[in-house]
Amino acid sequence: MSFVLNTHVGQRRSKRWIVPVVYIVFLMLPLYWLLMMSFKTNQEILSTFSLWPREFTLQNYITILSDSSWYSGYINSMIYVVMNTVISLAVALPAAYAFSRYRFLGDKHLFFWLLTNRMAPPAVFVLPFFQLYSAFGLIDTHIAVALAHCLFNVPLAVWILEGFMSSVPREIDETAYIDGYSFPRFFTKIFTPLIAPGIGVAAFFCFMFSWVELLIARTLTVTDAKPISAIMTRTVSASGLDWGVLAAAGMLTVIPGALVIYFVRNHIAKGFALGRV
Amino acid sequence: MKSWNNKAWFLVLPVLLLVAFSAIVPLITVVNYSVQDSFGNNEFYWVGLEWFKEVLESERFHNALMRNLLFSAIILLIEIPLGIAVALAMPRRGWGVSVCLVLMALPLLIPWNVVGTIWQVFARVDIGLLGYSLTQLGFDYNYTQDVVDAWVTLVIMDVWHWTSLVVLLCYSGLVSIPQAYYQAARIDGASRWAVFRYIQLPKMRRVLVIAVLLRFMDSFMIYTEPFVVTGGGPGNSTTFLSIDLVQMAIGQFDLGPAAAMSLIYFLIILVVSWVFYTVMTQQDAEPSSGRGQSS
Repeated sequence: MSFVLNTHVGQRRSKRWIVPVVYIVFLMLPLYWLLMMSFKTNQEILSTFSLWPREFTLQNYITILSDSSWYSGYINSMIYVVMNTVISLAVALPAAYAFSRYRFLGDKHLFFWLLTNRMAPPAVFVLPFFQLYSAFGLIDTHIAVALAHCLFNVPLAVWILEGFMSSVPREIDETAYIDGYSFPRFFTKIFTPLIAPGIGVAAFFCFMFSWVELLIARTLTVTDAKPISAIMTRTVSASGLDWGVLAAAGMLTVIPGALVIYFVRNHIAKGFALGRV
Repeated sequence: MKSWNNKAWFLVLPVLLLVAFSAIVPLITVVNYSVQDSFGNNEFYWVGLEWFKEVLESERFHNALMRNLLFSAIILLIEIPLGIAVALAMPRRGWGVSVCLVLMALPLLIPWNVVGTIWQVFARVDIGLLGYSLTQLGFDYNYTQDVVDAWVTLVIMDVWHWTSLVVLLCYSGLVSIPQAYYQAARIDGASRWAVFRYIQLPKMRRVLVIAVLLRFMDSFMIYTEPFVVTGGGPGNSTTFLSIDLVQMAIGQFDLGPAAAMSLIYFLIILVVSWVFYTVMTQQDAEPSSGRGQSS
């Protein structure tokens, strides 16, 4: 099916892999360094320079996984990230459908206004968010962070989904209505499977931006819902820089992301065939 | 074309309510602060546009703004072409695709302060691979002392962190191009450049709009990574707008000027993004783009 470039530039194809490989090596070097540091003792990190650990140790990981003030951070982060992804997709799906299929009063202005929220610097919202969520008694709850992250995730989800939905021919909608499908049934049975790759990509982006955000998440939480990345900063300043533990904690924040992209990859790969229709 | 239907508003309503709660209410608070002054004790009095004037005239704001614009420009100039180049060279099928996608997406999914921590460690001259190697090779490199080194470190860090986003978006645009286009181009004997210019680039326009907008906005709002790596230093050389703003709002608790600055800051992002958006989607709306140019 797809011999996009090897049919076209047959002879040069042999060298093309160099670009992605060099790029990936560049991406992996700092991560390799972090991984190696997480297996070293703090003393070794500070005293000798070595490309791999001389005394291999798992102590850094044990420190984190046996202390609830560390590992609860991971659980908190996961809870609000999943909440946020579900809320964002649930409200963005119908809205994206409206934008891709209908014209209505003020649609273009509304679409751009939504995007402006994605453009708002989080630094601007830190103080007002704190006051708003205090007023509702939501400080230090997972739902507060999930709702706050909707500020930038919902517009992005609408935008991505609108793009995918617009690539589905309108004739499909019309045929389904003629065949007697009601709107909710059409949407769940026919339309959603068609744009599944789009939903996967949107979910990936929601997860990503919620997982990596720190400034707002840190402001809205105290202890019960504190994300792991905030716990890291606190420990760094308090314990006199235990580089090994810091590296191990960093490595552990990479893992959920790696899992998510691994699952989305399958989703996208399946979706590519559909996208060509 | 799209049919006119005002009932579509009902589909948009949930989004409106949610975003209104998380955007409009806080924004009103910011506007409220920006036109008032307080002596503490929650006593506020009206000062009109005084804070806006003060911020717009201050040297400190101008400098932070120029630094931020320069940073965003450098980032876009490096990341967009690099992202397109990598996406073009990526394999289209087989096991290589998954490996590339997973590995490239990794930096995107690391919390921002961890990215900062990784690079802070990686670039250190005593215990970091990059800093140590550069020093051994005879370069006078120290990002905590030298302004140029600090900037180079931040730019490389951002390229490391975000180029993959451009790659992924371009790649998803590229694989959606029907095979027939390439066959037509081959029959016409089009050069590699012509294929890129008249088939791949127009077809990637939509994803490139997203990529440019996202990269501009995020590099203009950058806070966590430079804060962790350089803390705004050496001196003020890497104090970007967000760092300056948070310093003002939380560090010095100057609510009035901070709120005024927030609004100006927001407005700049809005205007620039709007220009990007209109220019790039207007070309999209021209009927000749895409199909017509493929021959």
